[in-house]
Amino acid sequence: MSEENTLRTDLTEISPRVNEFRRFFRVFFSRGVVIFGMIVILALIITAILAPLIAPYNPYKPDFSQALLQPSKEHLLGTDALGRDTLSRIIFGTRTSLMIGVVAITIAALIGMTMGLIAGYFGGWMYAIIMRFIDAIMSFPMILLAMVIAALLGGGLRNVMIALGIALIPGYCRLMCGQVLSIKENDYVLAARTIGGNNFRIMIRHVVPNCLPPLIVLITMMMGMTILAEAGLSFLGVGIEAPGAAWGAMVNDGYLYLLTHPILSFAPGFAIMLVVFAFNMVGDGLRDALDPRLRGTL
Amino acid sequence: MTTYIIRRLIQSLFVLLIVTIIVFLAMRLLPGDPILMMVTADALKEASEEHIAALRHEFGLDKPLFVQYANWLSGAVRGDLGKSILHGDSVTTEIVRRIPITFHLGAVAFLMSILIGIPAGIISAVRRGGWLDTGVTLLANLGITVPIFWLGILLVYLFALYLRWLPTFGYTSPFDNFWLSTRQVLMPIFCLSVFAIASGARQTRSSMLEVIQQDYIRTAWSKGLKERAVIFRHALKNALIPVVTLKGMTVSNIFGGSVLIETVFNIPGMGRLAVDGVVSQDYAIVQGVILVVATAVMLANLVVDLSYGWLDPRIRYG
Repeated sequence: MSEENTLRTDLTEISPRVNEFRRFFRVFFSRGVVIFGMIVILALIITAILAPLIAPYNPYKPDFSQALLQPSKEHLLGTDALGRDTLSRIIFGTRTSLMIGVVAITIAALIGMTMGLIAGYFGGWMYAIIMRFIDAIMSFPMILLAMVIAALLGGGLRNVMIALGIALIPGYCRLMCGQVLSIKENDYVLAARTIGGNNFRIMIRHVVPNCLPPLIVLITMMMGMTILAEAGLSFLGVGIEAPGAAWGAMVNDGYLYLLTHPILSFAPGFAIMLVVFAFNMVGDGLRDALDPRLRGTL
Repeated sequence: MTTYIIRRLIQSLFVLLIVTIIVFLAMRLLPGDPILMMVTADALKEASEEHIAALRHEFGLDKPLFVQYANWLSGAVRGDLGKSILHGDSVTTEIVRRIPITFHLGAVAFLMSILIGIPAGIISAVRRGGWLDTGVTLLANLGITVPIFWLGILLVYLFALYLRWLPTFGYTSPFDNFWLSTRQVLMPIFCLSVFAIASGARQTRSSMLEVIQQDYIRTAWSKGLKERAVIFRHALKNALIPVVTLKGMTVSNIFGGSVLIETVFNIPGMGRLAVDGVVSQDYAIVQGVILVVATAVMLANLVVDLSYGWLDPRIRYG
C-alpha cells in the first residue's frame, strides 16, 4: 500500500497527465463486464452502420409464402407473420434504437444542461422557477409522459425522439445545476470575474468545462434507459410506423404467436436486454474511472 | 422542522400548480378541436355552425384561455375531470374504478422492493467481494436492464403456457376471489417490482459502501460494538437517505411500469386506461389519468422529503 503510494507520487511529478490517463484506463477496464459492454456497443454501432450488408434478407418486404417459419438454416430466427426474416429485422432494429437513443439524449442534454446552468449560476428566482418546473415534469412517470407527448405530437419516429428528449430533461438539469452550484464557488471563477469576465464568458469558459465529467457518465448511463424506454413505447404501439423495425414493436407483434413461435418475442427482447446491459455496465465503469465519488448519486 | 415542513408544503402546492398548467396546456396544444372531435364522434347529429358555436359556449371554450384554465382547475379540485369524449362517461368515475387495481399491484410491488431490495443491498455491501455480493450485484444489474414487458411475456410463456401453473392474463379483485386474484397478480407484481428491487439493491449497496468507510463507523468498530449494532444503528440510517430519495422515484417508476405491465397482462388499471386513451385519442381520459398519477407521485415525494427530517437531524434542527 505505502509502496504503491510512493510510486504514484513519483509518477505525478514526472507527467501527471499520463498517470491520469493510465489510471482511467486501468480502472475502466478492470472489470470484465465493462469490457463485455464495450464489445457489445462496438458491435451494435458496426451492425447499425452495415445493416444492409449484414442482414441476410430485406427486413421490410413481406413474403407470405415464407410466413411464420420456425428457425432453420435459411432463417436463423425464423420469420414473422408477414414472412419477414426475424434476424434481419433485429439487425435493422439496431438503427432505430441507436438513432432514437442518440437524438433523444442530445435533445435532453442540451436543454437540460442549459436550464441547469442558468438555474445554478444565477440562483434566486431563476433557480426557484426552473427547479419547480423540473419537479413538475418529474412527477410524471417518464414512460407515461413520453407516451402522451409523442401521441400529442402525432406519433412517428421523430416525435418519439422529441418526446423522450423532453421526458429526460430533469436528470440533466438537476445534475448540471448541482455541479454549477459547487463550481461557481471556486476561486478561479472569482478570479475570472475580477479580471472583468462577463457572466456568459465565465459560464462557457470556466464553469461548463468543469461540470462535464459526471454529465458524460450520466449520458452513457441514460443511453441504456432511453433505449429501454423507446422499446417500451414501441411495444405500446407509439412511435415507429408500419414496416419499420423496432425491437419493442417486434416483441409485441410476436406476443400474438407466443404459443407456437415464442422466438418472435424472445429474440428482439433479448437484443434490447443485451444492448441496455452493455450501456449500463459501460456507464458504471466510466463512473468508477472518472469519479468514484459519484457512486451512489448516479 | 416546522418551518421545513411548511416550506416544503408550499413548494409542493406550487409544483402541483405547474403540473396542472402543463396538463391543461398540453391538451390545448392538440392538433384537433375538442368540439369538432365530439361532434364527429356524435356522427348522427348534423352539426351546423350554430350548433358548434352553442356547444363551444356550453363547454366554455369560447372564453379566454385563462378563464378556461380556472374553470377546468376548479372542476378538477372538486373531483370533476370532465367526460370521456368517446363514450361520454365521467372520467372521474372511470379513474376511481381503476385506482384500486393499480394500487393493489403497485403497493405490493413497492413493498417487495423495500423488503427484498434493501436487505439484499445491505448484505451485498457488508460481504463485499464475496459470492453473495457477486450474485446480488449481477442480479441487480440484470434487473435494471430487463425490459419488463418482455420479462412478462417470458413468464407468461413459462408459467402460463408451458407449465400451466398460472392464468395467462386478467384481473380479479382479491375481495371477490382471493385465490384466483393472487394467482393472477403474481406475475404482474413480479415484473413491476423487478426494476424497483434491483435499483434499490444497487443504491443501498453503494451508499452502504460509502458510509462504511466513514470515520464514525471506524469509531463504532473500535468502541468494540457488535457488527449488528455498527451496521444497523450507525451505518444503515445514514446510508438510507439516498435510498429513500430513490423510493420516491420508485413510485413514479411503478406507475410507468404499470402502463406496460397492465398492457401485457390485460389488467384494467390506470396504466391500461392511459394507453387506451392515447390509442383512441380520448384526451379527456389521458388528461385525467396523468393528473391523478402526477399528484400521487408528488405526494410520495413529499412524504420522502418529510422523512428526511427523521433520518437526518441536520434537517430537523436546521
